[in-house]
Amino acid sequence: MSNTLIVITIISLFFLIVAGIYAVIKKDLLQAAIATGLISLVLSILFYILQAPDVALTEAAIGIALSTIIFVLAIRNTKRFEDN
Amino acid sequence: MKKLLIFGLLIFIGVEILDVLSEVPFGEDRMKVSNFYLEKSPEVLKVSNVVTAIVVNFRGFDTLGEVTVLFLAAAGIGSILYRRRSVHTELNPKRTSTEASNIVQAGAKVLFPLIILLGAYIFVHGHLTPGGGFQGGAIIATGFLLMLISYRKFFVKHSGVTWIESIAGIVFVGLGLLGMVYGGTFLENFLPAGELNSLISGGIIGIIYIAVGFKVGAELTGVLDTLLNISQDEE
Repeated sequence: MSNTLIVITIISLFFLIVAGIYAVIKKDLLQAAIATGLISLVLSILFYILQAPDVALTEAAIGIALSTIIFVLAIRNTKRFEDN
Repeated sequence: MKKLLIFGLLIFIGVEILDVLSEVPFGEDRMKVSNFYLEKSPEVLKVSNVVTAIVVNFRGFDTLGEVTVLFLAAAGIGSILYRRRSVHTELNPKRTSTEASNIVQAGAKVLFPLIILLGAYIFVHGHLTPGGGFQGGAIIATGFLLMLISYRKFFVKHSGVTWIESIAGIVFVGLGLLGMVYGGTFLENFLPAGELNSLISGGIIGIIYIAVGFKVGAELTGVLDTLLNISQDEE
């Protein structure tokens, strides 16, 4: 891997961890769902860097679009904020 | 206290997994069967995307199982959440609480055919470029999702979805049975392999991935349509 790729990988991993912690601790479930979508976005970039374009395509289509919208629909039909 | 316990457990699991994984070398060639796949896919099957050759040809029966799992999941969601049959034939005002803006509608109209084209390209070229039936089908479902949330009048006919799904499934199993007749085993690649890097190559692999693409696209579209229509039904 070249140096640029390593830098991109490290930034992506940082975003991955931050978004994961945000999704866990946030009480607003809509923001948590969007953070989960962000995790999928970063993961698909990482899969592409690791030379797995098939998995990256799956992660992009299922993780970013479909599962996020299913979370959002579930939140819309229940309630938006988590109880303490 | 509870959170502390959870964090402690997570750290414990992480340390244990790290302990196991630290002994596994990263990126080293340990699998003996992978070399067989890498050599055999371009030479015998004339398929340039080795992942597709493994998924559809060498492990074709597993793919049939995966498609069945997806079908059962879609059928389960439909049987639990699909309530009003008459709703889908007419305008359902309850799907979205407000109409999407003109910009979103115009953008969706432009993007929808392009997304469908991209999905179709990905599953038709499954044996040449990365991606395949599952990825292409999911992208097609994303395109339909865009239309469903932008336009209140847009609807998907569930009978059509069921037909596409059933025909695609029959094509997959039928090809498997034809392989049994002509080749000897279920899902045997009985068609001529053709030339490497051309669109018509790889025998039954391309046909199976097109069927899987239609099936996955139809199933996921049906699931999304059911979920969107059930929203705010009680209000």
